[in-house]
Amino acid sequence: MGKIVRVSGPVVIAEDIKNQKMFDVVRVGELNLVGEIIRISGNRATIQVYEDTSGMRPGESAETTGRPLSVELGPGLLKSIYDGIQRPLDLIREKTGDFIRRGYTANPIDLTKEWEFFPTVKKGDEIKPGQILGTVQETSLIQHRIMAPNHVSGKVSEILSGKMKITDVYAYIEGRGGKHELTMRQEWPVRTIRGVKSKLPPSIPLITGQRVIDTLFPVAKGGTVAVPGPFGSGKTVVQHQLSKWADSDIVVYVGCGERGNEMTEILATFPELQDPKSGKPLMERTILIANTSNMPVAAREASIYTGISIAEYYRDMGYGIALMADSTSRWAEALREISGRLEEMPGEEGYPAYLGRRLSEFYERSGNAIINGNPDRNGSITIVGAVSPPGGDISEPVSQNTLRVTRVFWALDSSLASRRHFPSINWLNSYSLYQNDLTSWFSENASNDWPQMYSRMMSILQKEAELQEVVQLVGYDALPDREKVTLDVARIIREDYLQQSAFDEVDQYCSLRKQDIMMRLIMHYSEQIEKAVAGGITMESLQGIPSREKISRIKEIRDKDLDKYFKDAIASIEQDIQRIKG
Amino acid sequence: MVKVGYKSISQISGPLLFVEGIRDAGYNEMVTIEMADGEIKAGQVLDTRNGMAIVQVFGTTAGLDNSTTTVRFRGETARIKTSDEMLGRVFNGLGEPIDGGPNLAAGERRDIVGDAINPYSREEPSEFIETGISTIDGMNTLVRGQKLPIFSASGLPHNMLAAQIARQARTLKTDDSFAVIFGAMGITSEEANFFMNEFRKTGSLNRAAIFMNLSSDPSMERIILPRVALTAAEYLAYEKEYHVLVILTDMTNYCESLREISSAREEVPGRRGFPGYMYTDLSTIYERAGKIRGKNGSITQIPILTMPGDDITNPIPDLTGYITEGQIVMSRDLQRKGVYPPVDVLPSLSRLMNQGIGKGRTREDHRGVADQLYSAYAGGKDLRSLSAIVGEESLSASDRSYLSFAEHFEKRYVNQGLYESRTIEDTLSLSYDLLSEIPEAEMKRLKRDFIEKYGKWK
Repeated sequence: MGKIVRVSGPVVIAEDIKNQKMFDVVRVGELNLVGEIIRISGNRATIQVYEDTSGMRPGESAETTGRPLSVELGPGLLKSIYDGIQRPLDLIREKTGDFIRRGYTANPIDLTKEWEFFPTVKKGDEIKPGQILGTVQETSLIQHRIMAPNHVSGKVSEILSGKMKITDVYAYIEGRGGKHELTMRQEWPVRTIRGVKSKLPPSIPLITGQRVIDTLFPVAKGGTVAVPGPFGSGKTVVQHQLSKWADSDIVVYVGCGERGNEMTEILATFPELQDPKSGKPLMERTILIANTSNMPVAAREASIYTGISIAEYYRDMGYGIALMADSTSRWAEALREISGRLEEMPGEEGYPAYLGRRLSEFYERSGNAIINGNPDRNGSITIVGAVSPPGGDISEPVSQNTLRVTRVFWALDSSLASRRHFPSINWLNSYSLYQNDLTSWFSENASNDWPQMYSRMMSILQKEAELQEVVQLVGYDALPDREKVTLDVARIIREDYLQQSAFDEVDQYCSLRKQDIMMRLIMHYSEQIEKAVAGGITMESLQGIPSREKISRIKEIRDKDLDKYFKDAIASIEQDIQRIKG
Repeated sequence: MVKVGYKSISQISGPLLFVEGIRDAGYNEMVTIEMADGEIKAGQVLDTRNGMAIVQVFGTTAGLDNSTTTVRFRGETARIKTSDEMLGRVFNGLGEPIDGGPNLAAGERRDIVGDAINPYSREEPSEFIETGISTIDGMNTLVRGQKLPIFSASGLPHNMLAAQIARQARTLKTDDSFAVIFGAMGITSEEANFFMNEFRKTGSLNRAAIFMNLSSDPSMERIILPRVALTAAEYLAYEKEYHVLVILTDMTNYCESLREISSAREEVPGRRGFPGYMYTDLSTIYERAGKIRGKNGSITQIPILTMPGDDITNPIPDLTGYITEGQIVMSRDLQRKGVYPPVDVLPSLSRLMNQGIGKGRTREDHRGVADQLYSAYAGGKDLRSLSAIVGEESLSASDRSYLSFAEHFEKRYVNQGLYESRTIEDTLSLSYDLLSEIPEAEMKRLKRDFIEKYGKWK
């Protein structure tokens, strides 16, 4: 049996562990804490421990489990809340009370629950790895597809159906390597990528119901997003909004080194919120990984791998997954802390030299993919990673390494946040490299002139930024009326379109149709005002016309009343201008 | 129980002792250090190996030697005795009474490094605390179980504000038992006297437990102090159902002690020499605020920190802001204008505000009013800098109304008396008074119904 010879925070060195292998899970000390071997030198193994090591002494035992850090997969994952190494927090609470005691483990998935299994293959069928063999209705929203594990192929010699537990054998396969007994419970090592047949270019947007995202900086299903911003700029609210309203099939939310109360908020609100498509509670499609900032650092490092492995498993069933990682900076800090304890040579700002590689490996697990195995199916993982740069300065290594691999950048801006412009996504600095790929989708599925309206809006916003500089020098009054129109319309776009309340019952989700109508109304207003000014009416007399308020209030209108409201608003713009013309 | 003493110190460096010959010191185990003249110090194991332990000494190492000094390992991590009797008492950073009174008679011994609250056990904080201060109640509402720091700077009246909050804070329910835990790290005796007098005057001393580490006290104890204070708070909140308000001042001194130890241990420094794990370390303090489902008590934290050089991007406020649920930021500009409390609402924020306000809690229009005040004040401040360049005359009439709004907002809304406690109704009504200077059509954040119901436009 191995023995501990040194303890320094989460890093423990042990001697004489039999069968020590890199990244295998080890149980250390009298409390049986979970750790992972991260360095081997002679008969010494360096172990990163996932729990607090206070009180641990040299001389205590250390033993390998002989297996790498893995997630357990099968029906029952949805609606769960796990810590960074997939321990179920609800069961832990039942067993150890309100505070997380050390050394306690529980099975991640309920082993006693019975599921109704429907086979989709029959006796005598030839099967290959990844093939869907049957289904289980996991929640009212999601059908869990049971897939043949990676190493299994052969002929089905028997397949069962009906009620069973995830540990019961549901099929016997006669393979070349002998007979396989299959259960719904599977394991997967978290640091290993689940392979796919091939990856496809992204072509469908993830519709989020957030105007600034869907219209200006859309993300494709299977894409990657970086959301950097200083504290208080609304990173978490953006992530919460996306996990509530994005039209993915499943959401995996990784709270990585963040606040405990934020996870509580999700737990409190998601079961009550309804999915806009199906009307079912959002929790039915959600999995939470909560490793809050005060929970052990090493488990924080593992948490995003746990999250992405679960996401890959559901992707392989053919679902679209949105994975929220809040925040990748805390994950990188965990990496740095452990690297420091290992006395590795630090790279930039003390982060290990392999930070960039680890980040890009993580983001590369996203994508829109064709899955191995029958039947043919597509699945996607969209990763939205929050970044918390120190002092809000994104020249630091985590932001920079993230921006190199992600294709969408939502720049959160503290000056917008401080005037309560939310979501505080800066329209001048942000970008989406998917914009061009998605244009044809939007013109086919939203409206014909969506791309034109988008370009027009962007150019007005850019023009406004230029004009603002002029105004700073010569004052607003010195501008010609034509340019005052631009400023006026830009202000409407900013305040009445880009701003969206996350807390208003109606405004929190804006359908594509509503976005289209709102844009149309603003563009119509813009044209009419331009025409009026060209016809000699002064901007001063146009300011404060009553129909402008109609434009700002359209946010509060429900989808069913939109058409009528739109017509009224158009008519009242007409009237106002006619009245001024006299 | 007598523990074996080790006289085998091989090296003393800064606050660290290297003790040889010990084979099984526990990580984070407490030690007692006895000097030849009988003086006793405390310390803690930072790194333990087969044959050696590195011990961090609390207090100065003056007088320690490597021949006669004895190190005894206590066999357990840091613990303190907790009981109701802590209320009304004054302790040092290690939790030992320093008010001349007796030691705590009975009590449960608890580990000061509390286990993390299971996120699944937390209850969402949602109970509005009325502090009587408009900038907080109206725009950055505090709720029970929240951690809301005050970001201040040297020379600003953060202590007065903290004392005012402690004095005025109340909730709609009145039958709850309420306690204050005051943790002072490295503050001057003048500041300490201010708080002690304040507690004495308002009669709140007998429901307060005070943990005091003055600037002349050992700086290493500052690392232990907040943990001791919060252990006491957890006991009172979760065992005795008190609603505990924890005031920690000054977190900047805490972080500097952390840096001191880190540099003594020759760790790779992060930004501005602070250790790379400072985020995690701070979170183990701040995250101990909260509410637990099924338990009546709560811990609300108001940590105070002074931003070095008024710089909010300094690692201390920066990392704090990433952990806490908002921040109250004080401004030197407002202080110069004679505004008290000089709270700059624009960078201030309360993340849990939405849970604590609205119909049935404060008032249905609260969110809209707050947002409208924010955007109007931000607009007014922008115009203030613009008018400095181009002159007020070249502004439009509507712009001028914003300018004057910003002025009155600072004078009447932000500014209030040290002993003035405004109800939330007063604060909201004052908001409409001020907003009515601006044309009604500009009220984009307020719902039509609320304008009609509460508005003061003619």
